[in-house]
Amino acid sequence: MWRKLFAVSEQDQILNEVTSSEYKYGFFTEIESDKIPPGLNEDIVRLISAKKNEPEWMTKWRLDAYRVWVAMAEPEWANVHYKKPDFQSISYYSAPVKRQINSLDELDPELLKTFEKLGISLNEQKRLSGVAMDIVVDSVSVATTFKKTLAEKGIIFCSMSEAIQEHPELIKKYLGTVVPQTDNFYAALNSAVFTDGSFCYIPKGVRCPMELSTYFRINESGTGQFERTLVVADAGSFVSYLEGCTAPQRDENQLHAAVVELVAMDDAEIKYSTVQNWFPGDAEGKGGVFNFVTKRGICERNAKISWTQVETGSAVTWKYPSCILKGDNSVGEFYSVAVTNHYQQADTGTKMIHLGKNTKSTIVSKGISAGHSHNSYRGLVRMGPRAANARNFSQCDSLLMGDRCGAHTFPYIEVKHPTARMEHEATTSKIGEDQIFYCQQRGLGMEEAIALIVNGYCKDVLNQLPMEFAVEAQKLLAISLEGSVG
Amino acid sequence: MKDRLAASYWLYESQYAAMSSPAVTERRRNAMERFESEGFPTVRHEDWKYTSLKKVLKAEYALNSPFSEADESETLEFKDIKRFLVNDIDCYRVVFINGRYSSWLSETTHRGFDVCTLGSAWKKYADQVEPHFGRLTQDLGTTVQLNTALAWDGLYVNVPAGVTLDKPIQALYFTTGDQPVFNQTRSLILLGDGAKAEIIERHQSLTEAETWTNAVDEVFLGANAHIHWVKLQHDSSSAALTQHSVIEQKRDSHATVHTISTDGKFLRNNLDFKLVEPGAEARMFGLSLADGQQLVDHHTRVDHLAPHCVSRENYKGIFDGQSNGVFNGQIHVHVDAQKTLAFQENDNLILSDKASIDTKPQLEIFADDVKCSHGCTVGQLDEDALFYLRARGIQRKEAQALLMLAFAHDAVADIQHPSLQAKLHRLIGKKLGVEMA
Repeated sequence: MWRKLFAVSEQDQILNEVTSSEYKYGFFTEIESDKIPPGLNEDIVRLISAKKNEPEWMTKWRLDAYRVWVAMAEPEWANVHYKKPDFQSISYYSAPVKRQINSLDELDPELLKTFEKLGISLNEQKRLSGVAMDIVVDSVSVATTFKKTLAEKGIIFCSMSEAIQEHPELIKKYLGTVVPQTDNFYAALNSAVFTDGSFCYIPKGVRCPMELSTYFRINESGTGQFERTLVVADAGSFVSYLEGCTAPQRDENQLHAAVVELVAMDDAEIKYSTVQNWFPGDAEGKGGVFNFVTKRGICERNAKISWTQVETGSAVTWKYPSCILKGDNSVGEFYSVAVTNHYQQADTGTKMIHLGKNTKSTIVSKGISAGHSHNSYRGLVRMGPRAANARNFSQCDSLLMGDRCGAHTFPYIEVKHPTARMEHEATTSKIGEDQIFYCQQRGLGMEEAIALIVNGYCKDVLNQLPMEFAVEAQKLLAISLEGSVG
Repeated sequence: MKDRLAASYWLYESQYAAMSSPAVTERRRNAMERFESEGFPTVRHEDWKYTSLKKVLKAEYALNSPFSEADESETLEFKDIKRFLVNDIDCYRVVFINGRYSSWLSETTHRGFDVCTLGSAWKKYADQVEPHFGRLTQDLGTTVQLNTALAWDGLYVNVPAGVTLDKPIQALYFTTGDQPVFNQTRSLILLGDGAKAEIIERHQSLTEAETWTNAVDEVFLGANAHIHWVKLQHDSSSAALTQHSVIEQKRDSHATVHTISTDGKFLRNNLDFKLVEPGAEARMFGLSLADGQQLVDHHTRVDHLAPHCVSRENYKGIFDGQSNGVFNGQIHVHVDAQKTLAFQENDNLILSDKASIDTKPQLEIFADDVKCSHGCTVGQLDEDALFYLRARGIQRKEAQALLMLAFAHDAVADIQHPSLQAKLHRLIGKKLGVEMA
């Protein structure tokens, strides 16, 4: 009995430490920026388009999206509660004034400092790993590296605005094919006002020699960031794409409504990994980023799309990376770790739409909630009437730390074919006292024990991350659950 | 339809009022007002996403007033209903025809405990009815509100503390007549501390005409009370049933509910448990065997409101033809309901190209020291097992039926009466197209 009491009080202490740890990446870099007045109407959409020198068809595409958006209502079905952002008080465009950069030395020194604080200094990255970076600070990309190496292979990796200027035929062909403007409220908003993002095209049969990576940062106060990413892997190609983000601490809620579209042609494979660490709000639940993201990929014959995400940040997360398994024998995967602490809310999961024959999907979702947070898994597995021999395996586990948090699962399963097989299992529990006891018996401290158990719990997902990212992901997990994870 | 239902309520409100207490009448009126403002649920309601009432609402139903006399076509003889009874078990019997109590077919009692009809209890047992009627259903959907407003009769059971019923209760709801009819039935079951009861319930339509029964049940279990409830749903192919049962459980009480759904055009079951005191245990089992155009929908919800409660759930489904299966199992573990154990399983077999299954197991958990899990599968019979049986000279059809019977067995294994269990096995066998010994 004494042991139990002891364990409980120690655990409380650790949980308290967790609860009191503040956001480490909260700082604000002052960079001069070119900003348009807040508000949203057709003129603003035209202005954004004009500022970016976009061709006529793009402006029209945006306006179509805007007109759809105006008629839409904000979705309310998610298991999250927040003060709805006022879309008229957001400034939809802000770009650092200095552009035309040929080398890193020309970058705004303030900006460089920001990256150094984050531990991802460009110099380091450039020298160390084979990672090409398209760094996005406040909506306009200011540096793209390793472009030449990629160009030799015929790979196009550039900012979205550049792609619209230089590869309009590709953009015209693929933009909006996976996530149409009319898809949902936030996707429509994004389509109307997106300022930048990344575009990537891998030609037929090419294996991208390095991990492509984009770091997102929200910087200027009061600007929502609307990123648009499009990755097209042509027949037989392979690409691994990394996306990661950290945002400075701010009191005002910031909106982030990104859209990511993946197109995997016949026999192609796309691996898309995300580490998300937007500002989650402070210990009282004040501030924090709203993260309303639409991510979807489409698989043609024998193609494969794999989503891996580590979600530790944002006050409110609303995100369902999905796969449309259109071609026969295509494969979709989803691996996710979602950590919520303090007053964070996450409603995340995936959709696997099986249309083709022999399609397979795997879903592994691990949720950890602590403090007063709420963590929901919401997933859909649909096997259509043509999906013969479709196969799905889903596992969603939740770990609860503290008695004021919540874990929820909403799996939707729709099967319309007799040869389809699907399994779904979910468990919810806390860290077992017997597990902690076992570790402690072997000389581990309470904290180390919890770290070990949590790491083991997330292993299935962390293993899916590329090497460079796995390190950062572990760091973020450690920060999010500081005090209990070593 | 909505307006006609509302009109029939306002028309008879004074009679409802005259024959029950003011508090009950007020509840009826509030329910009717809610129904009138919200109407029938559509597929836009999350709870009805996969189950559309459209087809059911299409028929021109006659609305029987509980206060009018039954006409000739609605009377039944014992021989008409004999085959629907569980004969080999001695039971109390409460029979309703088109929602009206049929005294000559029933066998009720007031000796030591009450097994009778709710219609007679409004006035007579107002002290019991008033604090319970509508208490568990006021926040539920509009089909339930409609029932609260209009329902007059149904099973009424009141067992005082410490009493165990000497024999099970059979509740039979028949629908008859030449024209489509829409019935509301309502039961109220009160078990005192330590009381025990067993109920076998069946809804049966005896007519070719389309019928719809909208049933609501409220069950209150005292501390350490036990209830075992078997719902037999083998209705005719023109019958629709929407049933919402809510069970409130006090300390250390046990409730077991079996729902065996084999026939009927449209079956929508809602089964809710509210575990309000520590130590309560809820167990639910379901079996759906559907073919043709059938729709079988099971919605269950367990609210763990107190610590140390247990819920176990096992639903099996086999879907053939163009049938649709829907399952939604919700487990809500509320704040401070520590040490909860909640397990849920839903397994389905699809046998044809046109059948479909929509399942949604759902956990909502607000306490940390709990063990909750759900598992759900959709698949086919194991090819290896089939091969094994066929290698031993068993025909493909029989081999399949054997495997399906084994698959379905979990759902009926806990039914206590051997004769009832045997009967269900025969029924399952028949549905699967094989003779069972």
